[in-house]
Amino acid sequence: MVSHIDPAAIDTIIDRYQGEEGILIQVLLDVQHEYNWLSQEALKQISNRLGIAFSEVYRVASFYKAMSLTPRGNHLIRVCLGTACHVRGAPRILDNVERALNIKAGETTRDMKFSLERVNCLGCCALGPVMVIDGEAHGNLVPAKVEEILNEYD
Amino acid sequence: MAQLQSPAELEELRKHILAKRDPHKMCIAICAGTGCLALRCDKVIAALKHEIKKQALEAKVDLRETGCPGFCEKGPLAVIYPQEICYFQIKPEDVNEIISKTVIENKIVDHLLYTDPVTGKKAVHESEIPFYKSQTRLLIGNNSKINPTNIEDYLALGGYSALSKALFTMAPEEIIDEVKNSGLRGRGGGGFPTGRKWEECRNAPGEIKYVIVNADEGDPGAFMDRALLEGNPHSVIEGLIIGAYAIGSHVGYIYVREEYPLAVENVSIALNQAEEYGFLGTDILGSGFDFYIKVHRGAGAFVSGESSALMTALEGRVGEPRPKYIHTVISGIWDKPSTLNNVETWANVPLIINNGAEWYASIGTESSKGTKIFSLVGKVNNTGLVEVPMGTSLRDIIYTIGGGIPEGKKFKAVQTGGPSGGCIPESLIDSPVDFDELSALGSMMGSGGMIVMDEDTCMVDTARYFLDFLADESCGKCTPCREGIDQMLTILTHITEGEGQDGDIELLEEIAEVTKNASLCALGQTAANPVLSTIRYFRDEYEAHITEKRCPAGVCKALISYYIQPDKCKACLICLKNCPSGAIAGGKKQIHIIDQGRCIKCGICFDVCPQRFSAVKKISGRPVPPPTPIEARTIEERKPRRKQ
Repeated sequence: MVSHIDPAAIDTIIDRYQGEEGILIQVLLDVQHEYNWLSQEALKQISNRLGIAFSEVYRVASFYKAMSLTPRGNHLIRVCLGTACHVRGAPRILDNVERALNIKAGETTRDMKFSLERVNCLGCCALGPVMVIDGEAHGNLVPAKVEEILNEYD
Repeated sequence: MAQLQSPAELEELRKHILAKRDPHKMCIAICAGTGCLALRCDKVIAALKHEIKKQALEAKVDLRETGCPGFCEKGPLAVIYPQEICYFQIKPEDVNEIISKTVIENKIVDHLLYTDPVTGKKAVHESEIPFYKSQTRLLIGNNSKINPTNIEDYLALGGYSALSKALFTMAPEEIIDEVKNSGLRGRGGGGFPTGRKWEECRNAPGEIKYVIVNADEGDPGAFMDRALLEGNPHSVIEGLIIGAYAIGSHVGYIYVREEYPLAVENVSIALNQAEEYGFLGTDILGSGFDFYIKVHRGAGAFVSGESSALMTALEGRVGEPRPKYIHTVISGIWDKPSTLNNVETWANVPLIINNGAEWYASIGTESSKGTKIFSLVGKVNNTGLVEVPMGTSLRDIIYTIGGGIPEGKKFKAVQTGGPSGGCIPESLIDSPVDFDELSALGSMMGSGGMIVMDEDTCMVDTARYFLDFLADESCGKCTPCREGIDQMLTILTHITEGEGQDGDIELLEEIAEVTKNASLCALGQTAANPVLSTIRYFRDEYEAHITEKRCPAGVCKALISYYIQPDKCKACLICLKNCPSGAIAGGKKQIHIIDQGRCIKCGICFDVCPQRFSAVKKISGRPVPPPTPIEARTIEERKPRRKQ
C-alpha cells in the first residue's frame, strides 16, 4: 500500500523550524521518516513553502541516500556492506536476499512487502555480517539463514 | 533547575551531586549502545528492571544504562560497581542469578566472567582482561560510568570543569596556545594541527563565526564517533563550547548522520540539559559569553563528510565539496569563517584544558600526540573499540588487545583509513601507528577504522570493494574522480571475473596517478590508495587472477567452483536439501554431486556441510574433477566389527 502524503502534515513539519535558514534537508528527512518516501507533490509543496526552486529540491532529494523518490515497501531491509561485514561474507548475504525476494538492491517487491537497500556500515561491526529489518538487527548471518529470517515478516 | 551563574555555583552543585551519591551502593552499569542493542540488551535491561522492582531492591542497587564501553564482541555486557565486576554475553535468563548472587549475596556469577581463550582462566575486573588492560582509555573509559541522558553523571566525574577553567581563568589566545602546544591533530582523517586551525579562524576577519562537530562518520568499519556521541555526549559539547569561546563563535552545529538515530537522540537530550544548567545559551556560567548549538542530521552521502561539502550540506544544499583555494576557516558556512573538527578531536579538548598541554604532549609519538580510538573489526577475535596511545604497534593492537585471528587462520593484512586508506601486510605488523607512519606505508590514519583480514580475504576483491564504494559515493563534480574511479573499478571487476589481461596492473597504476593528482577533494585524491597499496604488497594475487585465472583466497565467484569430495561425502542430504538452485544430485546412501552448470555459487552447501565431514571444497585455477560415475555413487554401509 502506498502511503499518501498529507499536505497539512508537511506544513506542520515546516512550521516547526520557524523560518530558520538552511532547513531543506531536515524537512525532507522528516517527511521521509513519516511517510517512507517523497512524492512529487510533496516536493512541489516544500519548494513552494520554502521558496526554493523545484529543481533544487529535486536535486537534493535525489542526491541523498536516506531519501526515496518511490514508495517503499512495508518492511525495509538494509543489508550492511561495510568493510567489516564485507570481509565476513556480506556480498553472499545480499545475493541470497536478492534471490529470495527476486529483486535487486534499491528495489521493492511487487506486493510492496519488502524494500531492499544496501548500506555502508551501521556501526555494529562486531556482529557482521548484519542486516537490519525495520530497525531490528540480525547479526552473525550465514546465507542459509536468510530465508528463514525473511519468513518471520508478513 | 536554575541556570548556574558562576564557577562557584557549579562546584557547589557538584558537591551536592556527590553528597547525594553513596559510593558504596551497588550499581549495575549495562551497555545500551547500538552494538549491544543489536544483541538484544534491551531484554536484559527490562528483566533487570522488573526483578529489581519485584524484589524491592531499589535501595540496594542502582541500574545505569550506559553507552558503549568498547568490547562489542562480548555484548551484552555490564560492569557492576563499586567492585567493578565485568559480566559478558548476558542473557535475560541470567538476570535472576545476577540479582540473587551478586546483588543480594555479593558473590560472583562465574559463567558470566571473561574466560581467556588460551589459558581458560577467568577474569573478574577490567584490569585483568587483556582487551582492556593494554589500553589507555582517556576518552572512552568513562562511558560505563555515565548514563548519557543524565548530565549529573558527567558532572559527578568533574564534567564542565574545563569549561569553567577556560572561561574564567584563560584568555581565548591562551586556550589556542594550549591546544597548539598539546600537539592535538584532527582525528577525522587529515591530521591537521587543531590549534592552528582555531588560530586561523579566530584571526579571520568578520564578526560571525561558526564551529562544527563533524559526526558524519562515513568510513565503513569505523564507529568510535558514534560511541562517543551516544555514550558521552557532554564531553564533545564541552569541547565545542571551549573551542567556540577561543575562536569567538556564538553558534555551533553538530552534524550527525541519520543512520545513528541513538546518537541524534542522546545529543539532543544532552544539549537540552546543558542549556537548562547554564552551560549553553546566554551568559554561560555568568561569564558574559553566549553560545548556541544546533543539531543537523546528515542524509546519507559519504562525500558530505568532507569539510567544505559538509558546510554546504549545513546550508541545506547538496553536500558537494568545493575547491579550497580559500580555506573554510576564512570562508565556510554562508561564507563566514568556520572551524570544523571531528567528534573525537572535540572530546580531547576538555582533557587538554584540565590537564595541560604538557601532560597531553607526553602521550604518543613525536608527531602524533595523545590517544586514538580504533575500531578493530573484521577477522579478529576481540572486535570492538580500542583506545591506545599513538605509536602503539599494529601487532599489539591486533594480537595483545584483539586476541589474534579466529579459527586459527593466518593473518593476511590490516586495512586502515577507510576507503581512502590502504592495506598493510603481515611483514609490516610491527609498525607503530601514527599519522605519518601510516602515510609512509601507503595507507592513512583516517578516522581510525582497522579491518583485519585473514587468508580467506582476497586482496583484489578488497580493492574492487573500495572502488565500488567510492564510485557510488563520488559526487561526480570533477572528471578525474568520477571517470578515474569508474575506469579502475571496471578493470578490477574484469580481473575478479577472470577477464583480466596483461598490462592491467600498469594501466591501473597510471589511472591511479591521474586520479590522485587531478581530483578536487580528498575523496578523489585518495581513491587510488586501496588499489595502489594492494598492488604494492599483494601483486602476486593480482597476477594469479590475471594469468592463472585463480583466486588464491577462494572469494571471487567467477573463479571458483564448489565441489563435493566423493571420498568425504557421507550422503547426509543436508547440502542437497539446502541448495536453492536444485543443483545437487544424490540421495540416501548416494554420494552427492554438484551439477556445475546449474550451480549459482551461493556457497550454502559449503556452509551447511557438517564440519566433521567437510566434504565441500572450493576449487580455483584448475578444472573440477569429473563426477563419479553413477554406478560408483552408492555408499556401502559400514558393517559393525564383531568382537572376536
